[in-house]
Amino acid sequence: MAYPDIIGKSVPRVDARDKVTGAAKYTADLCPANALVARVLHSTVAHGLVRAVDISEAEKVPGVEKIVTCFDVPDIGFPTAGHPWSTEISHQDIGDRRLLNRHVRYIGDDVAAVVAVDEVAAARALRLIRVEYEELPAYTDVSSALAPDALPLHEEVSDSNIVKQHIYEAGDLDAVRSRADLRHFRHTYRTQPAQHCHIESATSFAWMEGGKICVVCSTQIPHIMRRVIGQALGLPWGSIRVIKPYIGGGFGNKQDVLYEPLNAYLSYIMGGACVRLEISREEVFTSTRQRHAEELDYQAWVDDKGRLMGRDVLVLAQNGAYASHGHAICANSSTVLRDIYNDELATRTEAKTVYTNTGTAGAMRGYGIPQACFAAECMMDDIALELGMDPIEIRKLNMMRPGFVDPGTGIACNSYGLADCIEKGRELSRWDEKRARYAKPQSGNIRRGIGMGIFTYKTGVYPISLETASARLVLNEDGTAQLQLGATEIGQGGDTVFCQMAAAASGLDFERIHIVSFQDTDTAPFDTGAYASRQTYVTGKAIKKCGELFRQKLTERAAARFHRPAEELTVAGDRIADRSGATVVTLADLAEDAFYALDGSEHITAEVTSHCTDNTFAFGCCFAEVEVDLALGRVKVLDLINVHDSGTLINPALAAAQVEGGMSMGLGYALSEEMLYNGEGRLLNGTLLDYKLPTALDVPDLKAEFVVTDDPTGPFGNKALGEPPAIPVAPAIRNAVLQATGVAFNELPLEPKRLVAAFSERGLI
Amino acid sequence: MFDFENIVLAASVEEAVAALSANEKAIVISGGTDVLIKIREGKLAGCDLVSIHDIPELHGVRLTEDGCIHIGPTTTFAELTNSPVIMERIPVLGRAADTVGGPQIRAMGTVGGNISNGVTSADTATTLLNLEAELTLTSPAGERRVNVNDYYLGAGRVCLDHAELLTDICVKPENYQGFGGCYIKYAMRNAMDIATLGTSCLVKPGKGGVIDTLRLAFGVAAPVPMRARNTEQALTGKSYAEALEEIAGLVRGEITPRTSWRASREFRLQIAGENARRALEAAWAEAGGEV
Repeated sequence: MAYPDIIGKSVPRVDARDKVTGAAKYTADLCPANALVARVLHSTVAHGLVRAVDISEAEKVPGVEKIVTCFDVPDIGFPTAGHPWSTEISHQDIGDRRLLNRHVRYIGDDVAAVVAVDEVAAARALRLIRVEYEELPAYTDVSSALAPDALPLHEEVSDSNIVKQHIYEAGDLDAVRSRADLRHFRHTYRTQPAQHCHIESATSFAWMEGGKICVVCSTQIPHIMRRVIGQALGLPWGSIRVIKPYIGGGFGNKQDVLYEPLNAYLSYIMGGACVRLEISREEVFTSTRQRHAEELDYQAWVDDKGRLMGRDVLVLAQNGAYASHGHAICANSSTVLRDIYNDELATRTEAKTVYTNTGTAGAMRGYGIPQACFAAECMMDDIALELGMDPIEIRKLNMMRPGFVDPGTGIACNSYGLADCIEKGRELSRWDEKRARYAKPQSGNIRRGIGMGIFTYKTGVYPISLETASARLVLNEDGTAQLQLGATEIGQGGDTVFCQMAAAASGLDFERIHIVSFQDTDTAPFDTGAYASRQTYVTGKAIKKCGELFRQKLTERAAARFHRPAEELTVAGDRIADRSGATVVTLADLAEDAFYALDGSEHITAEVTSHCTDNTFAFGCCFAEVEVDLALGRVKVLDLINVHDSGTLINPALAAAQVEGGMSMGLGYALSEEMLYNGEGRLLNGTLLDYKLPTALDVPDLKAEFVVTDDPTGPFGNKALGEPPAIPVAPAIRNAVLQATGVAFNELPLEPKRLVAAFSERGLI
Repeated sequence: MFDFENIVLAASVEEAVAALSANEKAIVISGGTDVLIKIREGKLAGCDLVSIHDIPELHGVRLTEDGCIHIGPTTTFAELTNSPVIMERIPVLGRAADTVGGPQIRAMGTVGGNISNGVTSADTATTLLNLEAELTLTSPAGERRVNVNDYYLGAGRVCLDHAELLTDICVKPENYQGFGGCYIKYAMRNAMDIATLGTSCLVKPGKGGVIDTLRLAFGVAAPVPMRARNTEQALTGKSYAEALEEIAGLVRGEITPRTSWRASREFRLQIAGENARRALEAAWAEAGGEV
């Protein structure tokens, strides 16, 4: 389908100038200089009950205004997930948190908070608070948490440590198991806990005015934030006002409610004084969210041609101390297995999300798919190796095809670029030539290989959850317009593509659309926010509907004032034109008249809600060429190419930037990033020194490529793009290392210590 | 906002040592890249500081007529790397300094701090050990000289009395002339990282492709930076080819790294052996040794 020219145009980001010059305002830029400062005291035991908190010495520190402990806060359990609220009680998020916790469940749990005149006083007071714990047994991994005699971490949620579990079965797997003519494969794949590493910490400040608690915070989800703060404090949701300025990255960590309710509470008990609560990087590591460590016990039965006849996969997700997103992420891991590959006869997946006494896992770019994709793509190469097949051929035989409909969710493959993505990647990476070259026996310390991996990703959360978005266009007196959304710019370029879509739908020039970037829940239209790669799709539908209504209202005004049939008129950039293209009136004149006409003023606005009942699959693949230095256990990535089918690209340059960022995230996941916990549940490497996020010097040239399709369900043919780029990189690199060295690494990351140990064991070094 | 009680901004060595003498709890700060971190972590919160950052005589690199290279302890890593004297005469030291942290740390952190904090991973320490650098320590009682190889007492401890200040790092000509050098920092990242294992090699080729003098030192192979003197001795007088063949095994037999969560003993032994060989190869090439 043909879309207006502004769709597919790489216009510069609307926020580029402000962000580059430093004019853009972030939470810390907006905080009053005289705000009080709050700090949080964290649990030093992984599991226990707080018996007493002695604040007597801490209170004496000059400058300390208030100390609250877990014994002072309201006893209200609240959920933190950035999910749309469900009106069905059974589908509501688990409310297993308190503002401060008497039953502490991980090292880093929140026990007390200090409010002081400055950071030094607050820090001094924190060091003087004495906490007495009654320690309980700590379960720092899934197997100990699932032991029959393990105490449940949350008795009110579950009498075991299983947050939730479910089984999916299709076909007769027993019949498949009993067939002697099939090859049986079984491997356990493990992925590590990892963190988002957004540049801006979790930060907020709160004060009261007009009887409301106002919270300025770095979040992806301002409207959800408002609801959760209300729930946590037991206050009406409308008495909370959340303001979201520009944010320095979120990647899912800020699709959760973190310390904002505590911040709101601290201002509330200080009589509405402005209180700032910015947690440190170390606290971000220990006490916010992380990517779930998952273990996939993966079985496949395959015929001699490489066709998957059946699979049985058990997915265990380590959720840490609190529910956060509950079972949603592990469930997503299990669902994608049946989407990306389709079994001929039978599929069984079992998924369990397990509480442990470690940091809480929540949303992170990819939402369970990077873990599942790692396992699925490793297994594909492991089978291909055994059968002597080309990894691409075995995938083509088994992967999702056009017309596929997920049997559980009903999500359909509405547009399909997966096969073309693979072909494009094959060509760009010179797969056939290199795969053959590196297949020849290699000797010496340096070995090379090429590998690949594919993925699919849904667009938004329908039908698992509500999908809804609103948009508002407001005419200005000069014929330009404001675009107001509840959807959020979080660095991904949302504001720019929203303006492009509004221009396309309304007919206004792109330059005439001014986005209101900050969300204030008192004025912004409702939207659930930035997650699930949903906004260009779900919010895009609202913008399209809103733009069309705005166009209609403008033409109707012009029709009425100039006595022309409205259906003959349209908006053409900066004017109203008729069918011949002749100008009827400029927008500037139309607007002036609309605002100020003595015989009939009208403030032209359009506001819509789009209730979305669509979803669609995006696709892509990664090709990686690596060089392995056996003796040093080092993987050097020589070439890294992602090819994506995200439907129509609204802004190709921004799309490529999004892919590059995701690829570097995938690279760290593949090779170096891992949160290391010891047996007591203590995070060992919770700093940016010890957590090995790649630097610019660790990232090779990244090649972002696309196959453009036109998705009939997308507002402009577009589908998910935000999260997918991070997904396929790790398995592609792992599979390249497999070809280079013959060693199948089934656990992430492929870091030097793991490699050296494996190479030593195999006698390679 | 950093939590320290007070700071003396010393303008001279005399002022600094006097301030230290007057306050037994005072801590020396120069670039602040270690001290400020410890203050932020709370370990040194509320401390008293004596800044030596602005003492002119402690700063910069000088070549004296006798061929000695004097490195002021408050010379930053970046200044060391970019010093013409260092670039020309001991380029390996400048390259080692250039592996520390990132550009911001290298612009603030100092070479004196790097060795005086007693940390085994210090990137310049191993090369200074190989260079047999002579340290001048100044106290109210006067000056004394200590070879850097005798400076370290244990993890995080050097033989510096409380009121004593490192005031000069001197490299003598016999310890750099004719040598080629190589420092290999093995870290998990290519920038902004701490060494998992540091390997420094200085080699002076003799006639006929023989090793005349070999100096080999490791960081993170022991609680403090260490020389592999047995390996040095065993390979002295051997042909370069033999040395290349034997060095990894000798090193693995000599050093005793420990297992920590950052890396196992076995891993460090593997890397140390391999990088000793690679460092010898590069140092030999820089020295123009016969192959």
